[in-house]
This record gives sequence, C-alpha cells and structure tokens, in this order.
Amino acid sequence: MMNSTVSGSPGNSAEPDPAILEARNVCISYGENLAVNNVSLLIPEKKITAIIGPSGCGKSTLLRSFNRMNDFIDTVSQTGSMTFRGEDIYAANTDPVEVRLKIGMVFQKPNPFPKSIYRNVAWGPMINGMRGDMDELVEAALKRAALWDEVKDRVDESALTLSGGQQQRLCIARALAMKPEIILMDEPCSALDPVSTARIEDLLFELKQNYTIVIVTHNMHQAARVSDYTAFLENGVLVEYGETDQVFTRPANNRTEEYVTGRFG
Amino acid sequence: MTDSALSTSPHEFGDVRGDRAANRLTSNNSHWAERLLNVLFFGCAFISVVTTAAVIIILARETWGFFQEVPVRDFLLGTRWTPLLNPKSYGILPLLSGTVLIVVGSSLVALPVGVACAVYLSEFASDRIRQVVKPVLEILAGIPTVVYGFFALTFVTPVLRMILPQTHVFNAASAAIVVGIMVLPMVASLCDDALRSVPSSLREGAYSLGATSFEVTISVVLPAALSGIFAAFVLAVSRAIGETMAVTLAAGATPNFTLNPLESIQTMTSYIVQVSLGDTPSGTLAYKTLFAVAAVLFSLTLALNLLANQVMNKYHEVYE
Repeated sequence: MMNSTVSGSPGNSAEPDPAILEARNVCISYGENLAVNNVSLLIPEKKITAIIGPSGCGKSTLLRSFNRMNDFIDTVSQTGSMTFRGEDIYAANTDPVEVRLKIGMVFQKPNPFPKSIYRNVAWGPMINGMRGDMDELVEAALKRAALWDEVKDRVDESALTLSGGQQQRLCIARALAMKPEIILMDEPCSALDPVSTARIEDLLFELKQNYTIVIVTHNMHQAARVSDYTAFLENGVLVEYGETDQVFTRPANNRTEEYVTGRFG
Repeated sequence: MTDSALSTSPHEFGDVRGDRAANRLTSNNSHWAERLLNVLFFGCAFISVVTTAAVIIILARETWGFFQEVPVRDFLLGTRWTPLLNPKSYGILPLLSGTVLIVVGSSLVALPVGVACAVYLSEFASDRIRQVVKPVLEILAGIPTVVYGFFALTFVTPVLRMILPQTHVFNAASAAIVVGIMVLPMVASLCDDALRSVPSSLREGAYSLGATSFEVTISVVLPAALSGIFAAFVLAVSRAIGETMAVTLAAGATPNFTLNPLESIQTMTSYIVQVSLGDTPSGTLAYKTLFAVAAVLFSLTLALNLLANQVMNKYHEVYE
C-alpha cells in the first residue's frame, strides 16, 4: 500500500534547495514498538518544512531525533543515519550538546524556566559562555520573537506571569538567543488560542529569512499556510514528501489525499 | 431471558418499585449501617483532635503554674539551668543552646548529603539503582533512634576522640552527627519527591539550549524545586529539635550554655527525659519545669511545621 517510490528529497522543483539535514533509512523504536519506519528525507535550508500525520504516527519522535532529544528516553533505539551539513549527528564522537547548540527546539507546551523573562533568554548563552553584551542579545532575541514590545518594561518579572502565547514566544526567543541554524518546533501552537497561533505563524515567516524551521503539526491548515515543504507520515512511514502546494493540491498518494482532505486522521 | 425481561408488564415493574419506597422519594429504611460508619469515622477523627487539644490545655495549665513562680524574663534570658540543684536557677538558654548545637550540627550533615543523594536519585540514577536505594533509605528511617544513640556512643564518639582528643565522652558533635544520619533519609526522600515533581518539560527545554546534565540540575531543576527542598529542611530541623533518645545517650546531661560541640550539653528533650525518669514529686516547681520546657519545644516545632506548610502551599501552584 505504501508508495515505495517516495523521494527522500522534496523532489519536483526544478532547482532543489540545498539540504541542511538529512535522514537516511532512519528507524526509531521504543522497546519493541517501531515508531519511525525507514524514513529518508532531506530538509532544505532556510525553508519551513512541515511534518504532518495522524496522532501517534511518529512525527514528534522523528523531530526529536534531529537534535537527540530522544537520548533521554531509555527505551529508544535508532538505526540509519542522520546528518547535519554532512556531519553525523549520531557518531560516537558527536557531542549531543553541540548538536543542540546548532539545532534548537520549541516544545508543544510553553516551558519557560521559573526565572525572570530576561534570565530565560540569557540563560542559554550564559551557561554556554557566550561573551558580549547580554542586554543587547536578550533584546534582539525578544524582538526577533515579536515579544519585546510587550515585555520591555518588565523583563525582570517572572516568565510565568506571561500568557500562554507570550510564553511560547519567549521560548522561541530563548531558542533564538542561542543563534541556532535550525529550529525544531513540536506542535508549537497546539496549546494556544487562535490569536496567539496567528502571531506565531506570522513569526515563522519572519524567521525563515535566517533559520531553517522544521515544524510538526497535526493541523493541516497550519501546515498548508506556513510551510514550503510538507512531509506526510503515517504509522511511522513517510508516505509523501514534496512542496506544500503539490502535497495539498495534487497529492501523489491516495492516503495523503484522504488525510489532507480530512477523510481520516 | 432478555425477552422475558422486555415483556415485564408496567404493573409488575410498579410492584418492584413499590417494595422499596412505595413510589415515594422518602424511605423508611434508615440506612443504619451507613450512620454507624459515619459515627465511627467521626469518632476516630475526633479522638485525634481531642488528644491534641488535651495536650495543649495541660501544657498551657502547667506552664501557667510555672510562670506564677518564675518570671518569664528569668526563664527566657537566664543562662543557668539548675532546677534540681541549689541554688536553683531557671534560665532555659543552656537547653536552647544545646538544642541549637544539635540542630545546626545535624543539618550540616543531613542537608548537603540529603540533597546530593536526592539529586543523584532523581536526576542521575538508573531505575534499577533507584529501586535498590530508595528502600534502603526507608529502612534507615525505620531504625529505632536508641540504636543510633548507641552507635554514637560506641562508634562515633571514639572516632571523634581519636581525631580531637579534647572531645568529652559525652559531646554534642557525636549526637549531632547521628541525628544528621537519622534525618538524612527523610531529607533525601522529600527532596527526591520535590525534584521529581519538576516537570520534565523544563529539563527538556534546558537540554534543548545545549545545557549539560550538570547545568540542567544546578541551574534549572534545583531552583525549580527550591520550595520543596526548603520544606524538607524545615521538617528535618523540626525533627532534630524533637529528637530525644540519641541525644540523651550521646550528648550527656550537662546544661552548658556553650556553642562548643565537643563539650557535653543537654537539650530540651533530654532534660525532659532526665526529669521524667527521676523521682521528682508531681506538683513541685521542678516538675512544672517539664511543662515549661515542653511548651517551648512544642511552640518551636509547631512554628517550623507551619512554616514548612506555608512554603509548600505558597510556591506549589507554580506548575499546574
């Protein structure tokens, strides 16, 4: 049933964008359970790639494997290769800390530290020994995340006083302050109201200029609105991967069509 | 069978209902078993309240009697405690200083080691190690305190005297060390709970910023668990204040107004033991000192427990 000819790269474009991340034959399992089944794909640089699929299809697992966040789950095992600019993310001498410095992450539920707004943004750069004007860095990151105007007078207040949407933008600012090259987003709007969601989606367009974004979402409309490329995962298998327009309007695979038109999932 | 149930006539159905409550919402059945249980459980709850109230009332009455004869000022500020010897003197400060020595000393042992132990258990230990260490801690907590006292006297004190020969046979340091070991499991276990209640999403957030486990623990998890850790500290201190047997055995019975841990001292609790075991006639002033000291002890531990509760409640709702 699965289309074995699914291309690892978001093919059809005349000039394929250069890839920054590459997964090749990646299988990830929790104990005996295979969550990601032989997935190969190329993530193009400075584009937004959406990973969609029904709940439990392995999309979060796949996303978290890009910056080795699955390392903290004892039962997870992974095979296949995964590279960042050609460097093996899972090589024995690869430092996961270095990987995460290059590949930042924003989570499903906003998870600011119980510290001040300022300290939330400055914490990462500080522990990693970044030199320079910290105030400037914090301000720049908050501006980038479109949060500065709302918090500039109260950066010393606890981050937990912010609304959910503001907290999520703070988490984005926190990730940006590390100057990563890629930002992974795991359903970043699923805990937010529509207004906050719209603000974050606007923000994604801004960020695309400078960052590569991989976003997992169960909201197909969101994927259609924000992404350049879309990967459709079902039961851990990459069913279809291509330019978002094509995936949503002329899907090559029946299952994709059924999913994006809302017939299941 | 289903058929017959379906074919039950409305009349029959009415009869069935009539048996129970005669088609009314009231019932003659008094549910006596329910009421009995209700009374029983209320009684159990009531006993604990009554006991507490009785303790407080008796403490207050006898303490009041004590202060009819000894001025409050002399009691709270006096530096000599000799209620059983002549010339009699009723200054509680020597007992307080003894208690402070034990509390500070035991905290120096229990808090750092307890927190370190909890950090290891919650952040670094594998599940298998946890499954072994946690029960061992609980066994440690279950050892009778008199055993600890004996351990202090026969092991800790000789070792101390080997290192510091000027140490007295009965000394505060030895008692403080074993009280520290005694409250260690409680501190470790409560701190472990506090650390584990920090949502894993915070840890993930920190790791995703390129933090090492050490940085995540020191700078995110520990601060986030601070209220729980503080509450554990307060409870540990409160337990050290109330600790009796080990202190009586190891620290001696010399009400010394000193902060030198190598000397023999007496704490409030060991004074109470000393007088209770002796043949002090009831109703005398010496007998009433028991209650005055107990009242101080009670107020201190109550205040600490309230403080711990306060801290827990105030900072607990930080994470939903």
